[in-house]
Amino acid sequence: MAHIQLRNITKKFGEHTALRGLDLEIADGEFFVLLGQTGAGKTTTLRLIAGLEKPTEGQIFIDGVDVGDWGAAERDVALVLQQYSLYPRYTVRENLEFPLKPKLRRVEPAEIKERVARAARTLRIEHLLDRKTDRLSGGEMQRVSIGRAIVRKPRVFLMDEPLSALDAKLREALRTELKNLQMTLGATFLFVTHDQIEAMSMGDKIGVLDRGRLVQTGTPQEIYNNPRNTFVARSVGSPPMNLVEGRLVGGRAVVAPGNFELPLNGQVASAAEGRPLIFGIRPEDIFVEPGAPIAAMIHDVENHGVEKILTLVAGEATLRATVPARMNVAVDETVSFAWNPEKVLLFDSASGLSLRHAG
Amino acid sequence: MAAVRTSTERALNRLAIVCVLIVTLIFLAPIYWIASTAFKPRELATSVPPTVLFEPEITPFVKLFVRRSQLREPVAPEVYDEAPWWEKLVYDDGERLVRSGRTGEVQLSGYPDRFLNSLIVATISTILAVGMGTFTAYGFSRFKVKGESDLLFFILSTRMLPPIVVAIPMFLMYRAVGLNDTHAGLIILYTAFNLSFSVWLMKGFIDEIPREYEEAALVDGYTRMQAFFKIVLPEAATGIAATAVFCFITAWNEYAFALILTNREAQTAPPFIPSQVGSGLPDWTVIAAGTFLFLLPVAIFTFLLRNHLLRGMSFGAIRK
Repeated sequence: MAHIQLRNITKKFGEHTALRGLDLEIADGEFFVLLGQTGAGKTTTLRLIAGLEKPTEGQIFIDGVDVGDWGAAERDVALVLQQYSLYPRYTVRENLEFPLKPKLRRVEPAEIKERVARAARTLRIEHLLDRKTDRLSGGEMQRVSIGRAIVRKPRVFLMDEPLSALDAKLREALRTELKNLQMTLGATFLFVTHDQIEAMSMGDKIGVLDRGRLVQTGTPQEIYNNPRNTFVARSVGSPPMNLVEGRLVGGRAVVAPGNFELPLNGQVASAAEGRPLIFGIRPEDIFVEPGAPIAAMIHDVENHGVEKILTLVAGEATLRATVPARMNVAVDETVSFAWNPEKVLLFDSASGLSLRHAG
Repeated sequence: MAAVRTSTERALNRLAIVCVLIVTLIFLAPIYWIASTAFKPRELATSVPPTVLFEPEITPFVKLFVRRSQLREPVAPEVYDEAPWWEKLVYDDGERLVRSGRTGEVQLSGYPDRFLNSLIVATISTILAVGMGTFTAYGFSRFKVKGESDLLFFILSTRMLPPIVVAIPMFLMYRAVGLNDTHAGLIILYTAFNLSFSVWLMKGFIDEIPREYEEAALVDGYTRMQAFFKIVLPEAATGIAATAVFCFITAWNEYAFALILTNREAQTAPPFIPSQVGSGLPDWTVIAAGTFLFLLPVAIFTFLLRNHLLRGMSFGAIRK
């Protein structure tokens, strides 16, 4: 188990800069999720820690030791990938034994046997041990590849979108399993994903990456309730946070395209008065009810069972709102809505930064 | 593929089969010609029109392996009766065996030695070309090599002129360094011929092997070399087999340089077989027998690797 620190990491591939001045700290035993789009530098970060790439600049510490000159083998980390993570031609058992066989590790045959058996039991793949890996289903494959990581008792588990090639149901099941596994092992996990649901549901901490920069780190609650900028606001939550342009006039939000006005709470910095802003409000903080101040037309209704997601058009602004499923609404119907003034976030319209973080 | 087929599709399918059959026949005709001539009695070999049905004989093969000369006068009946069956076959054709003066032992023709030379040269040069090619291709495929595309182009450019162009310089160089008529000389030459081809082909195959496999092994605690031998090599087996077949065929069939650079010790079969035309009247059946046996190793080698080849031919389409 280990504590990991990246200090001012920059990684360039030729002309392309994959990571810029990245600072990251992962505590011992933490489930850290790195969230970002394709090309944000998530996988690069993982590969740097694994020792498969060398940083152009910056240092990597594992348990306080600079591992810059260490090869992948010496770092004693485990890697689980989205695919191609199992050796073809080998049986499941051989795959599980493989990480224990290098001379470097010096594990006794009896111990290998025992550890493989224990890992197989933990992941419920005992019945698959003698099967060839090409005869496994996707979920079984990922179980085996997680097994390949846990047999070794590595210092850190690095997981590169291990669930994204699986179908939705399996993904959900394995999500819970992985989280439980991490808690049982008490291990340090660095989990990379583009799926905000995975990040929110599994992470002790989330780091949001945007084009090679770490935008924000925090607990899922912090990231959700208090995003540092509009990028983070858009990245988490489904549907994402509503972002509408407007101005602050006399402590009230004036939304530009539709020219509707709504109240804000007293939190607002007076310096923001009159400046172009972006107002952020989560769909669940928009209330659709008779007698509310603003009229809007229902453009679309998505029924999710427990709730409905409405797409509202007020003037030229489009807002999404979650309402209880029992509410009777229809497309093209006119309703009225309000928002929870406590929950409105203000972002600077030029930089996209949240005013809370800036000030 | 659709389960239901229209009649047009069925007709097209049959047409395709017919075309394949015709092409196969065209390709097989020369091989049939060689094989049948190898078993023909001497006088039928050059008959016009060609004889298709005949009683196969083994005489050409016997004659291929022994040194013989023309009979000036018919052999005495008691000598004929005492001779073993294979010697009778030679007498039947109006020839006799050449025996060494003192011991009276039957002398072998040059063919077995030449055949062995061919095997040695082709096998060793194939192993060298494919081995070095695989390592080189791995390096190009997995590491950042400065000027990679220029180097690869340079490697390929060695095949951009007909090899025979360099025959005379090669001959002079080989004579100067004493590589003329040696196995090593031919092996070096054929390895050099095949290396560029092998590098390019193997690079294609190795590029197809996901590097995640090796990286997983590296993270698991193996060295780069161990990862190469444990993971990459078994995965590249198909490509190696295909490349080896091509290299082996090239080295096995090479004629011009073998003719120029060797004469006795290291001569391979291709220049030797036609040189037999010169003794007495051309004996096409013996030449055909020599050629027929010469075809066999390549045929067997290719047959053994056919599963790999079929997959390997569709370069790059190893995995879905």
